[in-house]
Amino acid sequence: MMRKITLIASALVLCGPVVTALAAEPELGERVYQRWCVHCHSAGRGNPGTQSLQVKYGNKEPAVLLERTDLTPEFVALSLRQGVMSMPPFRKTEITDEELAAVSKWVASGGGKR
Amino acid sequence: MPNRRTFLQVAAAAATAVPAGVRLAAAAQEAKSAPAPKPATSSAATAGLPPGVSRADFNRVLAAWRQAVGGEWVFTSAQDVALYRDAYSPYWGEPEERVASAAVAPQTLEQVQAVVRVANQYKVPLYTISTGRNLAYGGSAPALSGSVVLDLKRMNQVLEVNERNAYALVEPGVSYLDLYDYITKARLDVWIDPPDPGWGSVIGNALDGGGGWTASPFRDHFGSHCGMEVVLASGEVVRTGMGALPNAKSWQHNRWGFGPWVDGLFRQGNMGIVTKMGFYLMPRPEAMQSATVQVARTEDAVPLIDTFNLLENQHVVNGSTQLGGFGGNWSLQLPIYGPEKVVQAQMEYCRDKFAKIPNSRFTVGEMIRTPLDEATLARVRKVNFGVPDLSTFQMLSRTPGAADPNASIGHIGFSPIIPRTGEALLEYAQFYRDNLPAVSEGGKLRFQGPVYMTNWDRTLVAMIMFPIGHDKALNAKMRAAFEKWVHLAAERGWGEYRTPVIFQDLVAKTYSYNNNAITRLRETIKDAVDPHGILSPGRYGVWPKHLRKA
Repeated sequence: MMRKITLIASALVLCGPVVTALAAEPELGERVYQRWCVHCHSAGRGNPGTQSLQVKYGNKEPAVLLERTDLTPEFVALSLRQGVMSMPPFRKTEITDEELAAVSKWVASGGGKR
Repeated sequence: MPNRRTFLQVAAAAATAVPAGVRLAAAAQEAKSAPAPKPATSSAATAGLPPGVSRADFNRVLAAWRQAVGGEWVFTSAQDVALYRDAYSPYWGEPEERVASAAVAPQTLEQVQAVVRVANQYKVPLYTISTGRNLAYGGSAPALSGSVVLDLKRMNQVLEVNERNAYALVEPGVSYLDLYDYITKARLDVWIDPPDPGWGSVIGNALDGGGGWTASPFRDHFGSHCGMEVVLASGEVVRTGMGALPNAKSWQHNRWGFGPWVDGLFRQGNMGIVTKMGFYLMPRPEAMQSATVQVARTEDAVPLIDTFNLLENQHVVNGSTQLGGFGGNWSLQLPIYGPEKVVQAQMEYCRDKFAKIPNSRFTVGEMIRTPLDEATLARVRKVNFGVPDLSTFQMLSRTPGAADPNASIGHIGFSPIIPRTGEALLEYAQFYRDNLPAVSEGGKLRFQGPVYMTNWDRTLVAMIMFPIGHDKALNAKMRAAFEKWVHLAAERGWGEYRTPVIFQDLVAKTYSYNNNAITRLRETIKDAVDPHGILSPGRYGVWPKHLRKA
């Protein structure tokens, strides 16, 4: 599917205004985050992961994952492979070991900010 | 089932199990300050042998599979196989927990065929999952412990989305989120019909009998499919409907084809492995408007539902509703999708019809035009507008103020189908009230529900949900309560449309008309098309001959 999407995205780009600046493709860690994490761990309503972490930490830690400064890549990777509470583990057909390393590093860095 | 191996037997055969707690401790030391996730309560990361298969033969099978799909996609280590446990298992960490012996993940049709041919030769049971996210109904764990999970997540191609004829053809690993993403990026003017959790497989949800939240008929996911490609136990490939015609031009246009229709064998079935499936899509409706109808008296449920049924069967109301008002002031929603002017006229027609119920209240909601802008999308329930998400998991999030906010991890759902009449609704509500004290041990066990939904035309799903965690004693009580509801409901003539894997035998036995004739028919077919019983043995209570009780 990714191949098809890439092709379609390329076609749209080719048909678009020539002057449009193309954003660089996000790095692997961000792509994995957008695919698997963003639906539960974003800010705002409808985010069960954020809601759950709000109850767990109160005001001690930010409820939004990317605002945390205390996470290590190893901890993020462990959480993904083992699951936490209602979040089930992610299998290697969903997040490969390479993707796991990348997303863990990206999340632990606050979304590439640190 | 005499030959079914238990969790402990499989665990005992594990060669390289690494206790989860050891892995956890190592990683937790490196975390700066965040508390570690709770370790698994057992070392159920198992890599044992499939039932009835020798180590030597299984090694041959694994070698052949590695050759076919690549070594990295055959999973045998304890850690990797543990990822296929049912995260919401009501038997978590107990001997009866259903666990796999290994997993194999092909990416193409030809690889699926190769895997199946080897399994058939050595009589290795496979348990097929599409994305493995059938949480609350068994997840990715097999019905028969020791089965090898056939994980189709890597088959993730959206093969076609046709805007003019409004259909899609997808592979099993495509989730609702994937399909939505594809359609959005391609700027196609069609909607999908998402179920509650958007990461589930479009094919898997349909095959498990799932439903969604937009308009009828699209929210009946199996009912809106059109054409399948299926790998049989022999490795042979069958295409159904018009797809049986070489170079078919209308595979996703006409579902019936020629001759006896066989697609139903693969719904909640184990007669084959579905590798492609077509679905009708809804052309984006111009608008959606809903109204709320509330009646004054308990017995007004009868005209309330009769009127709703009339409007639905006339295709005036096409959205799904949930009944509220358990204290007697019943209410329901009337979502209508379509062109704005038509929706307005339909809504007026609805108002006139409900006005015949004395003292009823009819409140019309906002006309929501599509496509929705970001601000509107942020304040509506997304799945009602064809946008998949995971917000449904909020019901499982830690609860503010709870005595133990970590107590519950998942849930299981008891989902009987009852007739869409006010009389049936009142009977079920009374039935629930009458039996609740005994089943809940005087209110000690807390269930959620019943919730009355209209996912499918002409019926109500009267769902009761049971929290599941890692407390074995509490899980045992929840299982016992679940079984009681199954028996009590069956005595009234109410059967479940779907159930967690561990209860599938129980529920199948309630469909016992004429000495279990339907089960015997399914078994006859199973034995004919899968003589070695290698495809998902036990799924929805259908067992191959060598695993059936005498």
